[in-house]
Amino acid sequence: MFTTETFASILPEILILTIGLLVLIIEPFWKDEQKRNAGWLTAGGLLIAVAISLLFARPGAPVETLGGMIRFDWLGFFLKMLFMFAAAATALLMMDHEQAGKRGESYLMLLASLIGMNLMASSADLVMLYLSIETASIPLYILSGFLVNDERSTEAGFKYLLYGAISSTVMLYGFSLLFGFSGATDLYEIAAALTSGGTPLLAFGVVTLIVVGLGFKISAVPFHFWAPDVYQGAPTPVAGYLSTASKAAGFAVILRLFFIAFPEFSQSWTVILAVFAAASMTVGNLLALPQTNIKRLLAYSSISHAGYALIGVIAFSQLGAASVVFYLTAYIATNLLAFGIVMAFSRITGLEEITDYAGLSRRNPLLGLMMLAAFLSLAGMPPFGGFVAKVFVFAAGVQANYTWLVVVGIINSIIGVYYYLNVLKFVYLYRLPGEDEEKRPVPLTQPYMIALAVLALGVIILGTLFGPFYAWSNAGALNLF
Amino acid sequence: MTFPILSVITFLPFAAGMLMLMMPASRKNEVRAVALASAVLDLLLSGWVYLQYLLNNLTGYQFIEKYSWINVFPINIELHFGVDGMSAPLVLLTGIVMFTGVLISWGDDNPHVMAGIQDRPREFFAFLFLLAGGVFGVFVSLDLFMLFFFYEIAVFPMYLLIAIWGWAKTREYAAMKLTLYLFVGSVVALVGALAMYWVQYQATGVLSFDMLQMEKAGFSAEFQIIWFLPVFLGFAVLGGIWPFHNWSPDGHVAAPTAVSMFHAGVLMKLGAFAALRVGVMLLPEGAKYWSWLIMAFAGIAVVYGAYIAFVQTDLKYMIGFSSVSHMGLVMLGISTLNETGLLGAGVQMFSHGVMTALFFAVTGMIYDRSHTRMIPELGGMAKIMPFATIGFIIGGLVSMGMPGFSGFVAEFPIFMGVWQEQWLVAVIASISIIITAAYIMINIRKVFFAPIPETLEGHVGDVTALDKVAIVTLCLCMIAIGVFPSVMVPMVETGVTYIMTLLGGA
Repeated sequence: MFTTETFASILPEILILTIGLLVLIIEPFWKDEQKRNAGWLTAGGLLIAVAISLLFARPGAPVETLGGMIRFDWLGFFLKMLFMFAAAATALLMMDHEQAGKRGESYLMLLASLIGMNLMASSADLVMLYLSIETASIPLYILSGFLVNDERSTEAGFKYLLYGAISSTVMLYGFSLLFGFSGATDLYEIAAALTSGGTPLLAFGVVTLIVVGLGFKISAVPFHFWAPDVYQGAPTPVAGYLSTASKAAGFAVILRLFFIAFPEFSQSWTVILAVFAAASMTVGNLLALPQTNIKRLLAYSSISHAGYALIGVIAFSQLGAASVVFYLTAYIATNLLAFGIVMAFSRITGLEEITDYAGLSRRNPLLGLMMLAAFLSLAGMPPFGGFVAKVFVFAAGVQANYTWLVVVGIINSIIGVYYYLNVLKFVYLYRLPGEDEEKRPVPLTQPYMIALAVLALGVIILGTLFGPFYAWSNAGALNLF
Repeated sequence: MTFPILSVITFLPFAAGMLMLMMPASRKNEVRAVALASAVLDLLLSGWVYLQYLLNNLTGYQFIEKYSWINVFPINIELHFGVDGMSAPLVLLTGIVMFTGVLISWGDDNPHVMAGIQDRPREFFAFLFLLAGGVFGVFVSLDLFMLFFFYEIAVFPMYLLIAIWGWAKTREYAAMKLTLYLFVGSVVALVGALAMYWVQYQATGVLSFDMLQMEKAGFSAEFQIIWFLPVFLGFAVLGGIWPFHNWSPDGHVAAPTAVSMFHAGVLMKLGAFAALRVGVMLLPEGAKYWSWLIMAFAGIAVVYGAYIAFVQTDLKYMIGFSSVSHMGLVMLGISTLNETGLLGAGVQMFSHGVMTALFFAVTGMIYDRSHTRMIPELGGMAKIMPFATIGFIIGGLVSMGMPGFSGFVAEFPIFMGVWQEQWLVAVIASISIIITAAYIMINIRKVFFAPIPETLEGHVGDVTALDKVAIVTLCLCMIAIGVFPSVMVPMVETGVTYIMTLLGGA
């Protein structure tokens, strides 16, 4: 049973586990001021793991391994590499966080949740799916409440835990009903069982229950209430990780579950998701307008981005799936960059209000430029990744005759441009009282320099030389049909 | 393989911008030198393309470059560049405005002379060049996706350029208004473009954003009629078409001099050109159906813009509204859909670009030195800056459409073309010529020849040598075309002939 393919299909996770164990073993021997080196170990280890996986564990034709639990295909593989990259960047951003950076546990939790996300991207069985979602979530509850002396952070951790627990039980109920109707837990067997019968009303109910759980993971309206509070309270790098990798993992499950298990009911679930997508875009963007805290602004913006990406899912086509994967790629790079900048800025100044960013382009021109790249990419302007990603999901929407949804998306992009540019106005136009920005620099430490430079470069590459990335996304999308 | 000249023209400003951003902020003069060097190089290259096209009597799309950017079913995007008789003058225009814009913004470290850009020239030139690269890209792109890509690149630096270096009083408001207007227009047009892409695929099985391909797609008349207005008007917003012109005068006024030059000189042509290239050329049936509406909008813009310009007391607002009026003429020429009118529109795009760049340059020079743009507060500039005065007068003559200058070569065919379609519109629109002559002459008298007011006596100096180079460059272009129309007209004619074949017979 245990073939090389089985091994290859979980090689990334094995490597991640190894890194985690290394951190756990080595960290106690380090002195306190050395403990941040666990970040180098984690990030470096993950990059090596990515390289090894790319060399030795590339998937061929899709196969199921471990008794049908894991599907070893390009979709899962590409997303795994993406998550590992995001976790590596997060580890670098965590290093100089005052409390989280000096504790080996934080890196361990990060890696544990990464294993869960990797499995989310590749599970093809309800049981495995549920286990992986929990594996990804529980470490994140802990990380969100990591700053035990900070009321906001403990509140964030607890809130995230409560919301997460409720939505995951509702989803589990949906899974159990699904098992009851189809008699199978394997997604392909479920699809086969459901073709033979099943009333649309029933499908409607089951899909709704499952959407509750997944909507929570991707923070789509109306399951978004936790996001602003948690993003604001959690340590900033963790918030960045939550808003990117965790959300993308949720989308991976949505793609696999809906495209493979429910193609028969595409009539009903596209409608449900279309309503949620329109609501997410609109509510997210409108509530982002009055925000004064940059992390809350990014939280609402991330809610709206879940809506844009859902357009690709709703299109229910090869282009749609590929555009979602590409959207997630661009969004991970962009939003991690944005949160990284917020982290780097608040580490020096201790401030998180948008008005505090006045004069940033003079205090650190490079940081200002990177912020420009991140926010314009979020707004969907070329030559940054966000533009191409938006065009692709909109193209998929128009192709699938969901023109009304695309129009909603376009109106929302315009609202988005307004508040993203508003932030850049502080960065570039306004000045600090006293106009002595040159004397109050915002220096970057080495890990930030590396992480932010790579992410900024990624945002530009995804917006210009996007060919290969789209081709990989498309290779993944093909595995769904 | 031939030298990829259009790619070089387009990507050179991006490369120069990147290079500048990597230089230390304190090396202001080195940054300016890099900016000037790349602007000169781009001017020479675009001039070379223009001359090659002209001297060899070329027709159709030339200097074609075609690389596959991405071809993964069902997305097929190509980097497809080429210029024809319509776009080659506009490429040259961009080169000219870029070159003169850099000269005007050179800046002076002497705090008493507030000329040019003192504050963070590195970022200023980098953003300006990003804008310039986007503009070049739109003019040479033959792939619809790439056209949008460059179009959006040309829009967002405007926000930063106006908001950071603009006129403190209105810059935030104007910059945001401009960006939102243009963004709305472009995304509406984008949906139209995506619809074209899929409909073409359904009809012919061809997946391509290539516009030369799309021209042959044979869209149904119904489809064209539905999508023509969103696509045309979406782009025409940037062309300042009435009633969507509102952003334009505010934007002109708030922008720093070089950006006003770019904005009125080149960016508004971007809108008109894209509206023509995508709206009229890809959806000709829709254009025929709606031409009366475009003609009405344009006719109103021409007269209304001129009248509003007449009553302005702020020199820059006056030029801003005169741009609305003159761009209205371009739209009027396009709306005729006949050979004469389109020819006039093509020449007018170039002529107005050079003229308005000159106007804004001179206004900027006056404002930098006198710190006011209010016409009643100004006077006697002819004695202080004779060079700028001559430039402004030449610009004024062009604006009035005097024979011997490029304005005449452009406006005469437009009115001829409109007369052929609808004589009444021509009559009404021609009122604008009189109003234009009135406000230009009144203002020349007040600003340049009235006695110098006491408030300005003594501390207002002459323009710099770099400013003079810029003025001479711009004036020469206008006179050259006015005296020798053959340096541009036959070339634009070849472009028009092609459009006429798309419209179904000349």
